[in-house]
Amino acid sequence: MKPADYTHNRQPAGAADPIISVSGLSKTYATGFQALRSIDLIIRRGEIFALLGPNGAGKTTLISIVCGIVNPSTGTVLADGHDIVRDYRAARSAIGLVPQELSTDAFESVWATVSFSRGLFGKRPDPAYLEKILKDLSLWEKRDSKIMTLSGGMKRRVMIAKALSHEPKILFLDEPTAGVDVELRRDMWEMVRGLRESGVTIILTTHYIEEAEEMADRIGVINKGEIILVEDKAALMQKLGKKELTLHLQSPLAALPPDLASQPLRLSADGTELVYTFDAQQEETGIAELLRRLGEHRIDFKDLRTSESSLEDIFVDLVKRRA
Amino acid sequence: MNVHAIKAIYLFEMARTWRTLMQSIASPVLSTSLYFIVFGSAIGSRMANIEGVSYGAFIVPGLIMLSILTESISNASFGIYMPKFTGTIYELLSAPVSAMETVIGYVGAAATKSIIIGTIILLTARVFVDFTIIHPVWMIAFLVLTSVTFSLFGFIIGVWADSFQKLQVVPLMIVTPLAFLGGSFYSINMLPPFWQTIALFNPVVYLVSGFRWSFYGVSDVGVGVSLAMTFTFLLICLGIVAWIFRTGYKIKA
Repeated sequence: MKPADYTHNRQPAGAADPIISVSGLSKTYATGFQALRSIDLIIRRGEIFALLGPNGAGKTTLISIVCGIVNPSTGTVLADGHDIVRDYRAARSAIGLVPQELSTDAFESVWATVSFSRGLFGKRPDPAYLEKILKDLSLWEKRDSKIMTLSGGMKRRVMIAKALSHEPKILFLDEPTAGVDVELRRDMWEMVRGLRESGVTIILTTHYIEEAEEMADRIGVINKGEIILVEDKAALMQKLGKKELTLHLQSPLAALPPDLASQPLRLSADGTELVYTFDAQQEETGIAELLRRLGEHRIDFKDLRTSESSLEDIFVDLVKRRA
Repeated sequence: MNVHAIKAIYLFEMARTWRTLMQSIASPVLSTSLYFIVFGSAIGSRMANIEGVSYGAFIVPGLIMLSILTESISNASFGIYMPKFTGTIYELLSAPVSAMETVIGYVGAAATKSIIIGTIILLTARVFVDFTIIHPVWMIAFLVLTSVTFSLFGFIIGVWADSFQKLQVVPLMIVTPLAFLGGSFYSINMLPPFWQTIALFNPVVYLVSGFRWSFYGVSDVGVGVSLAMTFTFLLICLGIVAWIFRTGYKIKA
């Protein structure tokens, strides 16, 4: 998958004008469930924006409203300057959507389904352009295959090809790499970066911190229907970058040696584990120093592991801090 | 008007028709042939002419109507039900397409298929019995009007249905009985007076009667009444479709 020019509306890189403006957006479903609570959000033209949040946070509802699949209860959304309700044709023409579920036709060929999408979005046929998309997505060889015969990864690429078929300025990727193997995930990231290079604004939702870290310019966190924070990736990674090193000790320890007490170190209640908290983003994590000093104290360990706080933990943390 | 979208939906649906052409055509042709062998030749030869028309020829318009009703409903309902079932409807909902464009695409394709099948049955019938069409323009008008109306009705059923059972239940439990009792195989004048009155509540009576009039100039009810009733049903279906899109009933949260 190669980077490619997918839009005729190239924008200067770093332009900060909004391409999507969400204001006061709420959604209450007929069941009474309130999926979104007065959301305000600006997406900048040309950026990759990652929307993070636990299951049921409202990520998909937010995307579905912007794309016209779900009606909002209150609030307005402008996409590329067009109101998504009053001026839905212009707004929707600017948007491509790759939903989370692998929903494809079964009996149609790849070529037929991508051509269909282009027509549906009001564009006249352009075989050369579709050929380019399919080649970039490594689907050209499969253009005459029935979709049902393709693998899951290929089906997801077919959905991306459909979303790109009408040359959108905005691309929504809802959990693009859920259930996708590592190699294909890398390819997909590469492709998304290529799209951004060509001026497409990309909004992706994900569970994976790694994915947001790899891709996004800015990150928004949504929980229980509210945007908890929107920050540049660099700033957020600092907060999310805390890792823990756990050492399983050879023999239980009654207390920490006094000269180690100043370290961000704690001893488990039964004295068998030492947990060291560090910032993985820093040059100097202090791990080498810690291990050296443990050696001086003749504190032996039989195993060690590092872990980062899960996204769930961070959400809970963020929510608590707000409350 | 998003003409490209109408074309895309129409061609997509027609592609499904061509893909399933053999079963789409083989089954109506087979069942029509069976009807003609049994009713036209075997039984029909022992039956008196009805209003001056031989029994074999008399049942031709009714048989075509029977097929058109069931085909229109099943095609149009399946066409819109499948995207709901597989989830691909997300694309239709997120596209810059109006309700009217969507309906023209889906209903247009379903009606086209019905008209093709109606024509094939007409040609098949010609192999078995001799008949004339004295008002060909009206014949085509009734054919098209009925195809469109019942494709709209099928579209409504497809939106309403949330299981394959429901998709089947209306054609099977309501339309087939109405079609059989609607004078496809007999003139309702042959019924006792009480049942004649009951029959007038059956909308299919008007379709079959009008269609038969275009063939032979004989009808159970006045052709004007037939046309008016068909149009009324068309308008009711249009009204329901408009309501579906205004409220997003069963397709949009």
